[in-house]
Amino acid sequence: MLWYVIRRLLLIIPTLLGLSVIVFAIARLLPGDPVGLAAGPNATPEVIASVAAEFGLDKPIPVQYWTYLTGLLQGDWGVSLFTRRPVAADLAEFVPATLELVIAALLIAVVVGIPLGLLAAIRRDGIFDYLTRTVSLGAIAMPRFFLGLLLQLAFAMALNWLPLSGRFPLIEFPPDRITGFYTVDALLIGDWHAFGLALQHLALPALALSLSPLATILRMMRASTIEVLQQDYILTERALGIPSWIILFKYTLRNAVSATLTVIGLYVSWLLGGTVLVETIFDWPGLGLYSTQAILGQDFMPVIGVTLVIAMIYLVTSVIVDILQAVLNPKVRLQ
Amino acid sequence: MALLDISDLHLSMRSFEGETPILKGIDLTVERGQIWGVVGETGSGKSLTGLTISRLLPTTTARYTGGQVRFDGKDVLRASDREMRALRGGRIGMIFQDPTTNLNPSFRIGTQMVDAALHAARDKPEILGLTGRESRRARRRAAWDASVALLESFGLHDAADRMTRFPHEFSGGMRQRVLIAMAMIGQPDLLIADEPTTALDVSVQSQILRLIHRLVEERNIGVMFITHNLGVVAQLCSHVAVMYRGRIVERGPVTSVLKAPEHIYTRALMDAIPTARAQMDTLRGIDGPLRDRIEAEIAATAKEAAA
Repeated sequence: MLWYVIRRLLLIIPTLLGLSVIVFAIARLLPGDPVGLAAGPNATPEVIASVAAEFGLDKPIPVQYWTYLTGLLQGDWGVSLFTRRPVAADLAEFVPATLELVIAALLIAVVVGIPLGLLAAIRRDGIFDYLTRTVSLGAIAMPRFFLGLLLQLAFAMALNWLPLSGRFPLIEFPPDRITGFYTVDALLIGDWHAFGLALQHLALPALALSLSPLATILRMMRASTIEVLQQDYILTERALGIPSWIILFKYTLRNAVSATLTVIGLYVSWLLGGTVLVETIFDWPGLGLYSTQAILGQDFMPVIGVTLVIAMIYLVTSVIVDILQAVLNPKVRLQ
Repeated sequence: MALLDISDLHLSMRSFEGETPILKGIDLTVERGQIWGVVGETGSGKSLTGLTISRLLPTTTARYTGGQVRFDGKDVLRASDREMRALRGGRIGMIFQDPTTNLNPSFRIGTQMVDAALHAARDKPEILGLTGRESRRARRRAAWDASVALLESFGLHDAADRMTRFPHEFSGGMRQRVLIAMAMIGQPDLLIADEPTTALDVSVQSQILRLIHRLVEERNIGVMFITHNLGVVAQLCSHVAVMYRGRIVERGPVTSVLKAPEHIYTRALMDAIPTARAQMDTLRGIDGPLRDRIEAEIAATAKEAAA
């Protein structure tokens, strides 16, 4: 088991290496004139040349890649053409913000979706089942940004319960940086006031982002629970007189949750890449906003950095999902 | 009072096309110490009769349209869900056909067995040597020890080690023994075995049959043994009931029924057993003309009974 985990983790390295080649090549070979854009509209050819030299863009692309790769190994992710800020510093700022949002959304989706899916399965074809079926279809179909707007309208504008946008009140200082997750940092230093503020800001965007994974998880959970409940071993357990809540929450749940687990893992990366609209609406300073600006400005260092980070998170998530599968399903451990 | 008394049981199943009568008046009485073989072709209602006794059929599709099932005097079809749960495991044990699918693949054998033992011990703490006032921990310990002892007595060596293993680490025969142990841990009075040896090879099959026979001798339980296999019935059972299309067409002590079958269907069933010297073209099934004669005879008997 330990070897399996180590092997899976080691496999991440060549995958990322290959990906970096592809992303770097695509970013550099795309038509466009990033240097010209960065130097400004009235730049003379000399200025443009000096900007290109400053960023090493006058060298052949393989050399540029090699410089980038060796820098990467030393923690240097390159420099943004526009802000002239190191990409590493930007990522350290924006990755936790988006991860916090994505994890909060997934947490809502899992905590609500799994029990509701279970309930829909045991009350199959009942009113609750039909209700969740209809609502979840709508939830999957509704665009997230539209849902975000509705939530803002209801909870921020009309009811005034929660802040409209942002990650923290502008006039207050966010908790000292430890992990970069405001909620976690506030808890770590024991600042309940800051924790409350961070949570209030997190609530609406996380809710907007969570609805579609919630509906998918609910549907998956319902389907796999129904399948498990038809298995022979459930009949045997009932014939042994084991109380139905033990059969459901112990013996059925573990078997049913493994298919759902794969979906949850896929949603991590899907949400990471799909927060742009929600971040825009809620003015959430995360990867989505950052990468959109970078892409529009053909600022390729941040684009490459963001892609690699998302890929890394995706690969690590899939290893975690596989480990959890092995924990849940003893047959997987054999392979 | 009989251990199990089924009288005039009628059962219908609902489907899209409406309600289909499945059991059309089953009468069967099982006493302690008896092993009843229930034989008949696929679809004759053997398994449904077995599931009815524990009331394990889905209420959405199955409807009891008449008759009674009395277990130890208690009317099973009218008992509450709570009463039924107490009967299952503690009073009525069940084993099923396929040992590869009847154990939960995600849990250790010990986990499943301890849960079964703990459930049965709620009403009968004495089966684990408890008084009912012990701590949770002590009850778990007792359930574990009792499970190990039972598995050992069923011929599983190193049972304490095997309790920590998962179903896929066992052979089919071993799994069936584990399943029988799980059914017997609550010390039930009636064992319903639904084709427990069909999925096993012949040598393992005889071990399982011997185990069931031993349980009847040691514990004086009643057994309802559902099977296709008349050879198994001849070896194991004291009585036999032959089912055909939701009715019991013939019943009695196994020696008299198998030696001198009275009903045309019983004879047809016995003729259908291939012998070692049979050629391909002499294999006999129950084909069209024979089936017509069986139907005619059953219709005649029904008319006679009504008159």
